[in-house]
Amino acid sequence: MSAVVLTAFVVYATVAAFWNADYYYRPYISPFYSPCLVAGCHLSAESYTSGRVNVPHLTVLGYWWVISPAILILVFPLGFRLTCYYYRRTYYRAFWRSPPACAVAEPHGSYSGETRFPLILQNVHRYFFYAGLVFNAILTYDAVVAFRNHAGQWGHVGLGTFVLVVNALLLWMYSLGCHSCRHIVGGRLKHFSRHPVRFRMWGLVSKLNARHMQFAWASLIWVALTDLYVRLAASGTIHGGWV
Amino acid sequence: MSYDLTLRIWRGDASGGDFVDYTVPAEDGEVVLDAVHRVQANLAGDMAVRWNCKAGKCGSCSAEVNGRPRLMCLARLSTFPRDEAIVLTPLRTFPVVRDLVTDVSFNYRKAELVPAFEPTAEQPVAPFRMAQVDVERSQEFRKCIECWICQDVCHVIRDHEDNKPAFSGPRFFIRYAELDMHPNDARDRKRLVQEERGLGMCNITKCCTEVCPEGIKITDNGIIPMKERVVDVKYDPLVRFLSRRRRGA
Repeated sequence: MSAVVLTAFVVYATVAAFWNADYYYRPYISPFYSPCLVAGCHLSAESYTSGRVNVPHLTVLGYWWVISPAILILVFPLGFRLTCYYYRRTYYRAFWRSPPACAVAEPHGSYSGETRFPLILQNVHRYFFYAGLVFNAILTYDAVVAFRNHAGQWGHVGLGTFVLVVNALLLWMYSLGCHSCRHIVGGRLKHFSRHPVRFRMWGLVSKLNARHMQFAWASLIWVALTDLYVRLAASGTIHGGWV
Repeated sequence: MSYDLTLRIWRGDASGGDFVDYTVPAEDGEVVLDAVHRVQANLAGDMAVRWNCKAGKCGSCSAEVNGRPRLMCLARLSTFPRDEAIVLTPLRTFPVVRDLVTDVSFNYRKAELVPAFEPTAEQPVAPFRMAQVDVERSQEFRKCIECWICQDVCHVIRDHEDNKPAFSGPRFFIRYAELDMHPNDARDRKRLVQEERGLGMCNITKCCTEVCPEGIKITDNGIIPMKERVVDVKYDPLVRFLSRRRRGA
């Protein structure tokens, strides 16, 4: 089951990332393309209602960047999830069959775990966590902006607003429950008693950490659904005031 | 209500063996170890089985019940279908002595390698004063009854005998974690546990946590925090830089 969902997500995300169109329906932007770091964003994002639209973007790369801007973004959340302790457990079992299940013999002749390249790179997880926080902040901004309507006026609440807000919330719950986050906020301490604030924070993160698996799946599926929703709106497949 | 239960028990020694079926009366509410004792008392007086407390606290009666490592005294018969034989085998990771008894001395050799508690200069002699929150943190690991089920299920040594010299196993990783989290322990074991005790071999598939009869969160509270502490000293240049600055200040 895990293998099926992960494979489905990878296939969907790959197609969506290279699609390079229909990722913006004012004010909703797909989480796969936010922030848009390429000058040519507005050339590729089209809206069925207004033709070419000016996608909010930060021009880090000029017009010479012709492939999908999503590629620049997705490497960070992909790295975060790829090195996540929960996902490691899942894909080592589901894909690498190391082991296929508890007490079930694995098919490999030798095993060195995470001691050698490339798996030793799993130790960079906390850096992807830091990057993930930046993206969470940006997606939270996108969720706030989603309270504007298609014409840019505040006060709008559409289904898309709900979708983007839930997306941001789930990503925060997933990120803040991360094992690296738990270590950074207080886990590395020897004396909880001498750091009451960090101990309190560690306790809160530990509560999220206990649900890390659930948030990992929920946020993964929801981020794909969010992209799909924006894509449906931008392509005109769904339309109306409720969008 | 009584019913006839069939146990399919591996009988043999280091030179080899085979499964033998035994049918004994069983009662609702009994556990696998009760049925094993009935086999031993009535049908196979020479069958070797290690047990002691019958209460899930001594960690002696570890075996593989239908392929899953667990304590026989905590395996309730009511959780198995009555019309199917329950298959019992010795722990696969350790050499068989006879029948259901294995040689678990591997674990005691690994225990000897753990550097002992070393008090800080702040509190060099007992009794040590500790805040309750600091006690509670490592108390979870002290629930370990050393049944070696986590060691048995760990695929690093279960499927790769050649890893045994370099790998201490989940039981000892939580021992290292317990000491490393102890507020009055001065010894740093992080590089040791990574470089010589095989922490890096663990790919956190959590089987140890799944089988622990004491419900210790071996992976989430012991192994992963220990891996993160190792990252601090070995793989994170930012933390190492900040630590050096703090020490220099």
